[in-house]
Amino acid sequence: MSSANLSKQAVALPTAPMKKRSPWVAAWKSLRRNKAAMIGLFVIVLLIITAIFAEQIAPFGYDDQNLVNRLQPPSAEHIFGTDNFGRDIFSRIVYGSRVSLQVGFIAVGIGAIAGGALGAIAGFYGRHADNIIMRIMDILLAIPGILLAISIVASLGPGLTNVMIAVGIGAIPGYARIVRASVLIVRDQEFVEAARSVGTSDFRIVMKHIIPNSLAPIIVQATLGVAGAILSAAGLSFIGLGIQPPAPEWGAMLSEGRQFLRDNPHVTTFPGLAIMVVIFALNLFGDGLRDALDPRLKQ
Amino acid sequence: MSAEKLLEIKDLCIHYITEDGTVKAVDGMNLEVGKGETLGLVGETGAGKTTTALGIMNLIPAPPGKILQGEVIFEGEDLLKKKAADIRKIRGNKISMIFQDPMTALNPVMTVGEQIMEVVQLHKKVSKAEAIKHTQDMLELVGIPGARWVDYPHQFSGGMKQRVVIAMALACDPTLLIADEPTTALDVTIQAQVLDLMKRLKDELNTSMIMITHDLGIVAEVCDKVAIMYAGNVVEYTNKENLYRTPRHPYTVGLFNSIPSPDSDEDRLKPIEGLMPDPTNLPSGCPFHPRCPNATEKCARVIPTPIEVTPGHFVKCLEYAPGGLH
Repeated sequence: MSSANLSKQAVALPTAPMKKRSPWVAAWKSLRRNKAAMIGLFVIVLLIITAIFAEQIAPFGYDDQNLVNRLQPPSAEHIFGTDNFGRDIFSRIVYGSRVSLQVGFIAVGIGAIAGGALGAIAGFYGRHADNIIMRIMDILLAIPGILLAISIVASLGPGLTNVMIAVGIGAIPGYARIVRASVLIVRDQEFVEAARSVGTSDFRIVMKHIIPNSLAPIIVQATLGVAGAILSAAGLSFIGLGIQPPAPEWGAMLSEGRQFLRDNPHVTTFPGLAIMVVIFALNLFGDGLRDALDPRLKQ
Repeated sequence: MSAEKLLEIKDLCIHYITEDGTVKAVDGMNLEVGKGETLGLVGETGAGKTTTALGIMNLIPAPPGKILQGEVIFEGEDLLKKKAADIRKIRGNKISMIFQDPMTALNPVMTVGEQIMEVVQLHKKVSKAEAIKHTQDMLELVGIPGARWVDYPHQFSGGMKQRVVIAMALACDPTLLIADEPTTALDVTIQAQVLDLMKRLKDELNTSMIMITHDLGIVAEVCDKVAIMYAGNVVEYTNKENLYRTPRHPYTVGLFNSIPSPDSDEDRLKPIEGLMPDPTNLPSGCPFHPRCPNATEKCARVIPTPIEVTPGHFVKCLEYAPGGLH
């Protein structure tokens, strides 16, 4: 009998109506009641849509120059005005959302995966592995984050990829510590011993029992971390080490506009507002997520 | 002892080596469990009962735990000499364990069905559909509707969770079941249900069992043989009838005396005087002598060895040794 036939039988087995109410479903329900978090989520979704459909949304190309219309204040044609090359600021912000999203998610992905793996190894195996990994993390933590990112970008050279790598590496120690702490808690719980007593291998115990149980703090940290990563990338671009012109990046736009701050404040205001709104939304969502996943705050 | 030997523990010593000193958790243990038999392991907290159980499964956390010597012979093979991959095939398959606290022994983010299926799929070559079917059968066996296999542990009550743990332990028809205080975390009515269930399943499946408990009532109900443990030593080891009719070791006698009798009108319990000794600093000689009402100066000097007072009744006390207490 082929396995396909058997799995059909499995579906046909008499089971009660599936009322799968996992902790994740419960967390989502409690998250939905949190208005601030839902506003945050709305803005994040809006940002993702903007990034995907940037060509359709933006009225102009991000590098369409119109030197006659330099530094125009907001108008019907250019709702956020134009910059010193006559480029439409709204379009540049729309295209810039792609960069910010990429930097935010990929840098956090690098940090969370590398840091998570290191932290899980340190927490699960303890002793020497723990000591070696966590002391290296301590060294990384001892260097100020922005300085670390600057030195990595300076040695790799500026550019989007290198910014993501630099910001990601800077985030590794934070994730490693969080994952290690929760693995330490979960590792000594009886169900892990129970899993061991039924003959489960170490790898399976880590993958099926320990990681799913220590995921909540990582998710929260990652959500808040996206905001931090966007900010770091903007900071690197601001000092000229990040995304290179003419590519639109919110931090770089701020940097270019600062010489016109006195007479044409709109050049810096709108990219700044974009950064602020996105970071605020991510923080609202991250806070809501933390509350939803914290069992002590259950009603 | 009559039945065919399934498990034999020979001269097992397990120590925990810490910075504060060495804890002799199990010291020179000799036990046997026959096929279909139930052995009760009785003792106070810290007497080494759970360490014995983990020692049989070769699950002693190392460090700080260390098995110094001894053999655990299961179906003719020494488990302590087996490779990690080989012993994993025995754990959960031939020997399985029921844990003390059902609240923490189940993974909160996996459905109970997934957890039982994990055991089945680890040890048996079955398709997913067969594993699901088997999981549902196991749940039915312990009195839980099979359709609830998709539920999470927090949707069950404490007694039902313990049934799930039992179903998990029995999923692969083990020949030896180690139950580590399976009823301690449950209230009395549920205790009775769970004990009945375990007794019934043990008889149906002809499983041998090691029942770890500190409740002599449970021993009377389910066990065939009993080993009384004190500070890592088996001080008395015999069948249930001998133990209840003629307890020999002063510690066992003290345990029985501390059970309040409903017949006489007693105001105070009669506990054994004193406390368990500091495990890193056991008294010289017999570890029980500071609390023993019959102790003499010799007890502080000489470490007693097990004496077979009547056939199949072993006592570790100088009173029964040649030369006596003096």
